Parts: sequence; structure tokens; C-alpha cells
Amino acid sequence: MNPLQETFQQTESILRTENANIYYGQFLALKGINLDVQKNKVTAFIGPSGCGKSTLLRCYNRLNDLIPSFRLEGKISYYDRDLYAPNIDPVQVRRKIGMVFQKPNPFPKSIYDNIAYGARINGYKGDMDELVEKSLKGAALWDEVKDKLKQDGRAISGGQQQRLCIARAIAVQPDIVLMDEPCSALDPISTIKVEELIHELKEQYTIVIVTHNMQQASRVADTTAFFNVKVTDQGNRQGFLVECDRTEVIFQNPREESTQQYISGRFG
Amino acid sequence: MLSDNPDSAQSLWGINNDSLEYNPNSNRTRFGIFMTGLVSLFTAIAIIPLFVVLSYLIINGIEHISFNSFFELPPQALTQDPGGFGNALIGTLIMVGIGLALSVPIGIMAGIYLSEFSHPNIAYWLRFATNVLSGVPSIIVGTFAYGVLVVTFKSYSAWAGGFALAILMLPIIVRTTDEALQLISQDIRQASVGVGANDYQTVLQIVIPSAVPAIVTGVTLAVARAAGETAPLIYTAGFNQFWPDLKLQALSSQPIASLSVLIYQFGISPYENQQQLAWAASFILMILVMLSNIVARIATTKRNF
Repeated sequence: MNPLQETFQQTESILRTENANIYYGQFLALKGINLDVQKNKVTAFIGPSGCGKSTLLRCYNRLNDLIPSFRLEGKISYYDRDLYAPNIDPVQVRRKIGMVFQKPNPFPKSIYDNIAYGARINGYKGDMDELVEKSLKGAALWDEVKDKLKQDGRAISGGQQQRLCIARAIAVQPDIVLMDEPCSALDPISTIKVEELIHELKEQYTIVIVTHNMQQASRVADTTAFFNVKVTDQGNRQGFLVECDRTEVIFQNPREESTQQYISGRFG
Repeated sequence: MLSDNPDSAQSLWGINNDSLEYNPNSNRTRFGIFMTGLVSLFTAIAIIPLFVVLSYLIINGIEHISFNSFFELPPQALTQDPGGFGNALIGTLIMVGIGLALSVPIGIMAGIYLSEFSHPNIAYWLRFATNVLSGVPSIIVGTFAYGVLVVTFKSYSAWAGGFALAILMLPIIVRTTDEALQLISQDIRQASVGVGANDYQTVLQIVIPSAVPAIVTGVTLAVARAAGETAPLIYTAGFNQFWPDLKLQALSSQPIASLSVLIYQFGISPYENQQQLAWAASFILMILVMLSNIVARIATTKRNF
């Protein structure tokens, strides 16, 4: 592979957001977002509370469809396919673009079934035991739970539960894993484990992570997008993208004053 | 400032601010003791009827109940035969069974629709309608079943009785299912949707299994309610001195006995052996209702989520 090709591959964008306005009813929550997510990279969304970073994340696998008043203007595409085109099935989108939530939310089922569920409902025909083992190994959880696969998925520790949720997400072999503050409910040791896991996962998956923790963004992300929020004349809080760049640039030499202020802890 | 003028502080505050000791003679302490006594007394008054009814039933019921009571037919008047409530027990079980078979599938499906799929405005009115239905007096439900089934088929029957009971059970099952499903955390629904499940997979494989204990509780409470109902059975199922014929044809063309109607008929009978059987049947009916309540309790404590 020649260097030029490699550069091209590194910058291939897998999710493209063009002029996206996100509404809840009449209320414009996020305005004018233009943002690309690169394949096999970790992209972090940072910014103060209420800036809409989770909202944007949930647009990528159409989870916001569950909110009746939600409306999107503009375009979000996965490779070159418009995710919000009328012929797109959100169920298929979510299978290709998985999600790990803020609070570990294992199903009230055994550890084994937590992993197998997604594969079963998607009609997986292969060896289920193998898939469960592979997914749990992929989430660096196998050694801790291999002797208690029949146990309730909620009976393990919070950090293990979150890795179980990551294993569950990768069991359906998605392209992209979205993570919505995956470590905010975890202790520091578990957080480190999940972060190490993110590093390993990006070999195979594209990861978009929302985090409140700026050190976390600087540790795990290749690209960082900084969002901010402003109060409109009507008194609504409206989120917008300030800048998106390589993580080193954002943390060492950001273009915008507000980014500098945020990462140095002066607000948010 | 109060501290600048201690005299005025004393006069402004009815309670002595300086004392830290418990003062049994202060007005508010006395009032507190009095009110505590009052609520205790009224609570006691409230549960007296329960204990009186229970002990009355136990004393009078046990006396007249025997092993044979479960397997014999009700006694004829003017005999010394103690008889039994075997046919009425079977009749009650059959009609509650018919009621369950009709109301459980419809009620659970309706509850699922309400909680998971309905538009909020539609759900509002459906819930309202369900509440109205659960408030309809049972005698009116009986009249309805009479008009629909008894008049049409020109006979009291187990089907008509079971149908009336089903209408009584339906709103209980719909509401408990609806409420149970709404209690399931949004997190696990999103988790399921997040791995590419569609609506029916999420509901069927994640939401409902988590809500099963609560749904079982609702069904059991509905059974408890239906088993004790008399009014809707009097003129839908009627009464029968003999063993029920379990053939389908007979279930729709013959009156059938039930514990509650037996109690109603024999309780006001002038003959002593029949009155005594009414006591025994009351006792058994109460035990049945209590058992189903206990089952409901156990099911509720076995939470899955």
C-alpha cells in the first residue's frame, strides 16, 4: 500500500453530517451541524451540558425516532447512503450502527443471552457459543465471566456490565459503535478498562464517543468535536458545533477562543 | 433582632425557646399524643369488620364442613342430609376458567397496545373507558350478559356466566398489564432497539418477560374478584342442584351451580341443613379468594427487573 493510498484510507469518512438542524417540536436543539466521522477512528464529542452532543449521536442510529417530536433537517449519510431517506429501515440502521448507553443496561437475562439476543433477532445462523465467546473476548470480559455465563447479566459489577453492553453491541457485528458517555457511571479502574477496550475496538470498528471527561477525550480520541450552547433571544438553549479537528489540535492549539476556555476548565 | 431584646422574644414565641427538655405538659405535646391515639383507634375500628367477618365465617364454616362436602351435591330441603357443594365448586372453577380464557388474551393484548403502541391521545381515552368499565356495577354486567347470551340461547349457561365474569375481569387485566409494562425502564427498551430489534421483538422478548410477575398479579386479582361475584351469575348461570354436564353442548344450554349463588340461595333458605351448607361454602369461597390473593402477593415479590 503506497503512502498516498494510506492517507486516503485514513480519512475516508463513514458518517457525514451536512447542514443538520435538529428540532424537538418547534424548538431547534442543534443548529447547522457539518461534521464527518472517519472510518476506524475514534471521534469524541465534548462540550458543556445541554449542547446536544448526545442528541447528535442518537441521530446516527436513528434512536431519536423513538421521540415523537423529533425532526431532522439536512442530511446524515452513512457511506453515501442517506440515513433518513424514506426507504431506509431504522431497524437495519441500528444493526449496522450499534450503541452503548450511559448507564449500563443489560437485559434481565443471562450473560449468555444478553449477547445472543441481538444475534438471534437478526437471524444469526452460525455457532452461537462461538459468537458469545468471541464477543466477550472482544470486550475483554471473557476471562471474568466464562464460568458464569448462565448468571443474570445484572449480577456482575457496573464496569463488567458496561463491558457486557459493549460485547452485546459488537456481537451483531456492526460497522460503527456509538458510545454515549459510557464511563460516566463507572469507577476509575473500570473506566481505564473501557478506555483500553476502545483502543482495541477501533481496529475493527469506527467509534463515536460522547464524553464529559476531557482527559478521556484526549486519551481515546483521534478526532475531537467541540460543541457549545448559546441562549437564543427566545430563551431557548441551542447547541452548535464550534470546531472539529485532530484531538492534539483541539487540546493544544484550538482555533476558537471558547474551545480553549472549555478545555482549560474555565466553563462547562 | 431577637437576641437584642429577650423579653419580646419570650412574648412572641409561645414555646419556651430556652428549654431543651421534653415537656409533657406543653399543648402541642398533648395534642400530638391525642392525635396519635385517635388515628390508632380509628384504624382499629376500620379493621374490626374484617376480623369479625373472618372469625364468624371460620367459626360457622368449619363446624359444617367435612371431607364429603367437597364431593357431594347440595341437600334437598326437609332432609337431615348435610350434603355438599361439590357441583358448585366445579361450576365456579369452570366459569372462572371460561372468564380467564376470554379475558386474559384480550386483556393482555389490549394492555400491550395501550402501553407500547397507542398514540397518547387514543391511550388517554382507552384508559378512561377501561376505568369506566371497571366501575360498572356487576349486576349491570350480568344484565348485559343476560341480554346477549341468555336471551339469544334461551337458557342460563356456564358460557353466559363465564362471559359475564370475563367482562368483570377484563379492565383489571388491561390496567395491570398496561401499568406493569409502563414500569419497565426505558433503558432496556433502548438497549434492545439499539442492537437492531424491531418493535415486536423488543416487546415480546424484553419488555413482557420483565413484566410477567406484575401481569400474573393482575390476572390473579381478577380471578379473586370474579370468583366472589354473585350478582352477574344469578341470571346468567342460574343454579343447578345436580352435577354439571361438561360437554360443550351442555355448557351452553344448562344452568350451572356456583359457590356464590349457592350461598345466596341457601343463605336465605328456611331449612337448617341448607343454611349450614351456605356457611361451609362461604368459608371455602373465602379461602379460595384468599389463596389467589396470596398467590398474587408471591408473584409480585418475585420481581424480574
